Amino acid sequence: MIEINHVSKWYGSTFQALKDCTTKVAKGEVVVVCGPSGSGKSTLIKCVNALEPIQEGDIILDGIKVNDPKTDLPKLRARVGMVFQHFELFPHLKIIENLCLAQEKVLGRSHDEAMAKAAKLLDRVGLKVHANKYPAELSGGQQQRVAIARALAMDPIAMLFDEPTSALDPEMISEVLDVMVDLAREGMTMMVVTHEMGFARKVAHRVIFMDQGEIVEDALKDDFFGKPRSDRAQKFLSKILSH
Amino acid sequence: MFASFDFDVIRRSLGYLFLDGMAFTLTLTALSALGGIIFGTLIALMRLSGFKVLGRIAGLYVDFMRSLPLVLVIFWFYFLVPYLGQWLTGASRPISVGAFTSALVTFIMFEAAYFSEIMRAGIQSISKGQPAAANALGMTYAQTMRYVVLPQAFRNMLPVLLTQTIVLFQDTSLVYVLSMPDFLGAASKVAQRDGRLVEMYLFAAVVYFTISCVASFGVRRLQARISIVR
Repeated sequence: MIEINHVSKWYGSTFQALKDCTTKVAKGEVVVVCGPSGSGKSTLIKCVNALEPIQEGDIILDGIKVNDPKTDLPKLRARVGMVFQHFELFPHLKIIENLCLAQEKVLGRSHDEAMAKAAKLLDRVGLKVHANKYPAELSGGQQQRVAIARALAMDPIAMLFDEPTSALDPEMISEVLDVMVDLAREGMTMMVVTHEMGFARKVAHRVIFMDQGEIVEDALKDDFFGKPRSDRAQKFLSKILSH
Repeated sequence: MFASFDFDVIRRSLGYLFLDGMAFTLTLTALSALGGIIFGTLIALMRLSGFKVLGRIAGLYVDFMRSLPLVLVIFWFYFLVPYLGQWLTGASRPISVGAFTSALVTFIMFEAAYFSEIMRAGIQSISKGQPAAANALGMTYAQTMRYVVLPQAFRNMLPVLLTQTIVLFQDTSLVYVLSMPDFLGAASKVAQRDGRLVEMYLFAAVVYFTISCVASFGVRRLQARISIVR
């Protein structure tokens, strides 16, 4: 579904953000990407739907080469959902309008069709009563659930999560993770950048550990948590699991 | 000291002053602001686009317009536009566009330079995550701008845009150099005709002051309301 082959990326001419990264996410697989801050995990996930350009290597999404200049990026992106660290709901639109906008303008659905879909998804994330509020009136956890619903409204073939719980207060993290766990159990293909190792333990198939722009470890979940092979991954795990 | 003044001249000319003069001034202000904001937004988008050449052209345009006195531009345009029209359409004679069209085009082009800077600030005030989210949903550049970035930028900048429009309202009085019947022009005509310069210019000042002041007050209230919502 998602293939990342020997991808390198530089910011400017000197700083190399990604170094020869290779991995893939199969259909129905849930892959968690973790690592210390500045390790390039967010950059990597943003490269998958070409929000960030890459200089070397290839990324292939459902058989389509993302970094091909001839690729119709808007069309490709419409098929992949993305959830951001800071939610990025559109603050000038009501919750329900947030969910309808791209359905109507990008997929060309009728307003009624989009509304029906939006209502269904809001119900699913437990926020139907807030449909006519503005994003600023909702808590962080609620906003992130709306953001997930907004991405799902496009009927994506895969979902990308870029630190979806990092900007949330602790008591709101679980409500977002619950939605993600449900999604994973339904068989959604997911690539998730997160520090939530509990989530990784529960639903991930594989865990990727990144450090300084490199994929240091790419292992099955049980192998990763059982006996990480690299020192750096062991150190990282001991730091975040010690409390 | 007002004994020798005849303030009745104001009452006698009220109809002409407002129904003709002020109507003209307000029409010119509204159309110029509308055109200036649309054109200015396009310039702002050019400046912020990734294309260096476009950005450079837009930047030069803004610097150029902001380095010239408005009176000069009005004057210059009035004489230039007919020839420009001739050149564009290939007509054999300079095309007469009329003083109003000429003035309107001038104000739109001139104000666009100022409005573009306001819109540029407004667009830059939107966090990068917003266009990223719109792109991630599959929106094109045009859709992202139209549905996500510009509505927010416009809303954030509304008070500044309106303040600039109040300045524009006052600046439209400069069309007197083309002897056009705006409010000040109308007041001036009456003043000359009846020999009541002090009365009419005093009255014109009071009217401009009152309208601008009330409008500014309105903008401040709007600003307060917007900042609470956010």
